[in-house]
Amino acid sequence: MKLRALLMGAIASTAMAPMAMAERGSDGNVSIIYWQAPSILNPFLSGGTKDVEAASLVIEPLARYDENGTMVPYLASEIPTVENGGVSEDLTTITWKISPGITWSDGSAFTSADVKFTADYCMHPEGGCAQVTKFEGVTSVEAIDDLTVKVTFGGATPFPYGPFVGGESPILQKAQFEQCMGAKAPECTEANFNPLGTGPFVVTEFKPNDVITMKANDNYRDPAKPAFASLTFKGGGDATSAGRAVMETGEFDYAWNLQLAPDVIAKMEEGGKGTPVAGFGPLVERIMLNNTNPDPSLSAEERSVIRPHPFLSDPAVYKAMSMAIDRPLLVEVGYGKAGKVTCNWIPAPAAVNSTTFDCSTQDIAGANKLLDDAGIVDTDGDGIREKDGVPLSLVYQTSTNAVRQDFQALIKQMWSEIGIQSELRNISGSVFFGGDPGSPDTFQKFYADVEMYANTFNGTDPQSYLANGLCDKAPSPASQWQGENISRFCNDEFDALHAELTTTADIAKRAEISKRLNDIIVENGGMIPLVHRGRLSAHANTLGGVVLNVWDSELWNAADWYRKEGS
Amino acid sequence: MTDISIEPLPAKPPRNKWLDIWTQLGKHKGAMLGGGFLLFITLGVLFGPYIWTIDPQKIDIRNRDLRPIFTALFDSDAKVRWANPLGTDQLGRDGLANLMAGGRASMAVGWTAMLLTLGIGTIIGVVAGYFKRLDGPLMRLTDLFLSLPILPLLLVAVTLFREPLRASFGPEGGMFILIVSIIGITSWMPTARIVRGDVLALKEREFVLAARSIGTTQTNMIKRHILPNVLSPIMVSATLGLATAIITESALSFLGVGFPSDFPTWGKMLADAVDRMENFPERVLWPGLAISLTVLSVNYLGDGLRDALDPRIRGR
Repeated sequence: MKLRALLMGAIASTAMAPMAMAERGSDGNVSIIYWQAPSILNPFLSGGTKDVEAASLVIEPLARYDENGTMVPYLASEIPTVENGGVSEDLTTITWKISPGITWSDGSAFTSADVKFTADYCMHPEGGCAQVTKFEGVTSVEAIDDLTVKVTFGGATPFPYGPFVGGESPILQKAQFEQCMGAKAPECTEANFNPLGTGPFVVTEFKPNDVITMKANDNYRDPAKPAFASLTFKGGGDATSAGRAVMETGEFDYAWNLQLAPDVIAKMEEGGKGTPVAGFGPLVERIMLNNTNPDPSLSAEERSVIRPHPFLSDPAVYKAMSMAIDRPLLVEVGYGKAGKVTCNWIPAPAAVNSTTFDCSTQDIAGANKLLDDAGIVDTDGDGIREKDGVPLSLVYQTSTNAVRQDFQALIKQMWSEIGIQSELRNISGSVFFGGDPGSPDTFQKFYADVEMYANTFNGTDPQSYLANGLCDKAPSPASQWQGENISRFCNDEFDALHAELTTTADIAKRAEISKRLNDIIVENGGMIPLVHRGRLSAHANTLGGVVLNVWDSELWNAADWYRKEGS
Repeated sequence: MTDISIEPLPAKPPRNKWLDIWTQLGKHKGAMLGGGFLLFITLGVLFGPYIWTIDPQKIDIRNRDLRPIFTALFDSDAKVRWANPLGTDQLGRDGLANLMAGGRASMAVGWTAMLLTLGIGTIIGVVAGYFKRLDGPLMRLTDLFLSLPILPLLLVAVTLFREPLRASFGPEGGMFILIVSIIGITSWMPTARIVRGDVLALKEREFVLAARSIGTTQTNMIKRHILPNVLSPIMVSATLGLATAIITESALSFLGVGFPSDFPTWGKMLADAVDRMENFPERVLWPGLAISLTVLSVNYLGDGLRDALDPRIRGR
């Protein structure tokens, strides 16, 4: 018994050995390819994802989002909340505590002065800061002591995690950028191209729009990280060649954002050098149901504005339509690994993903029964059901896009099996999403019964996105057809609950309300969610530790990456 | 009574003009081949769907991405099935049925638009050439139409007229009328110019003068003397017009304006297949081949007809 325990201990220790032996710079070089090349390493001067993500290897925020959209402290010691006193009761201030002992890559200490400086830098009236929305509502940022920063907002802010959280709002070093305030910001080329940071890597050479070479930061707070001694960040090309470079030829270790068809990705994967990984933000492909009557014989003031839809507002109809759709098939045909079945409007972050509905299986028989029971039957023998004499015949529109047209054809067939006829229309994307109030074909006007498109929101807090379901946000001639409530959904319970959300600070409670709002809109015929779409990147099979994150920079955990054994 | 000298009857009746044309056309190999192919493809798309009865819009998702049957010859692993000899697309719609249904739409648009083009072009050309006073205004109108860009015009027309036409003729019928009339309205100008030129020359010929001297009315003059003599350029521009109409319709479908997305036309099939060209070349090949061969055969036929219809060339 004792011997056995000893042996097991020995095995366990050998298993641990590679981890224990890992030390800074032991794994050589890692190479990353982005098919859009970074042109600057200061995310406050560029809104481009490529620049923000490249910079995230060097400069860091106080807190980041992890792959589930949950906040994790980085340079801060904890996430301030109302419970731990970090956020004031009236929701107007947030106080960050910086974890002690952090140094910049030049060896100097990281202090609250740097944090305050970053806020001043971005909020400078002449600055033109690209991330100024992160600082919206901020009236002042004070350094209480060396390790404490207090942010004050103009009004109650239930979600005060805009400034200093996430890859788009990192901390710059005061000493380096002090001379670069306001209008002078773009002139500080040296600082903008080679910012000093607290992150795992340090820039050695930056060639704008081409390649960045970096080496491990000697002063990084975790002495065992990063595992790589150097890093090459190549920019340019296109998604196809980037995918090939990682998965087929193995020249690179990581390729970003491969927007390619599932069969194309599958073919690359056969190359055997790399693996695609998918990350899921809140992007959802959905069918919006028109709650108003789009009859062309109505005038512009009435069409798709006030009259109720003749049959789409009947729960039996929209529920049957949803049940008849084979979502796993849609995912397989259209998105492959970059898609998941969803029944929710807000499928991510995981904390706000409602589990009320299940729509992973097609149920034609159930849908037919639902319609039969509701008395919506085919009375004139033409194969199309009628409700109060109106045939269930839909105009189904979307933008011109190969995958969407395949979806249309598939869904048309599925609906025809439950006696619902649809006429397909596709409109050029630039017109459909163009928002021109003079065109009858915009998705806002919604001169159709149902329409399909995808939408998403930035960040992790869905409050403003959920406002798209509010009754007064419906597009109408009075608002020049602007407004985000495309389905003209109107529900008093929804509006009241959303008002409650805007005054709730507790994160768990907010998630709870968000889920209920999501359920209300899906349950009451606002939309039929189809596919939860993701972002696809690829990494070499020899690269370990990659966790794809869509809430923050994809390179958020580059410090944890390592070279797998035996390669 | 003096004997009336009777002209001796000709030994055999004079050869019919159309017979002459047919003989001449028969000597033009390209025209015969082209005509034969055009006949074949027209009959194929007209009557093919009665023999090959699979619904082109039917989705059979289990049998998607099938290759044409002949791929089995050189690739034994290929997914093939005798029930779909030309394979299926990414949603399992039968390739052969789609090719025929697409051909129906494309050919219908082609022929109708061509006839419309011809009608407008000939009328304007003859009137402009024959009546001097109308020549200036009509030719300036032609110049005006020549300067209209067809694609933007079509996009505007689709926006403006789709709804009313859809209400009266249904989504497919309405779009058919719209596309045909736009193509007709924007492509009659070359025909009109050619016809006018020929009419101007004919007008000064002796036989026209002779006809006028015996009091032929203007209507009869045009019908009896002018039109038959400009038939040859009209025929040629007709064949070219058919080709242009098919290509314009293909371009429209390729751009995603035009017929509903599940209504097959050759142009649409081509556009849908481009993404998967590498893995399924046949999906681009078949409709592409159909378009090119139809247009080519029509051009050859037109070439032969021009030779056959021109009395000065005929018989040489």
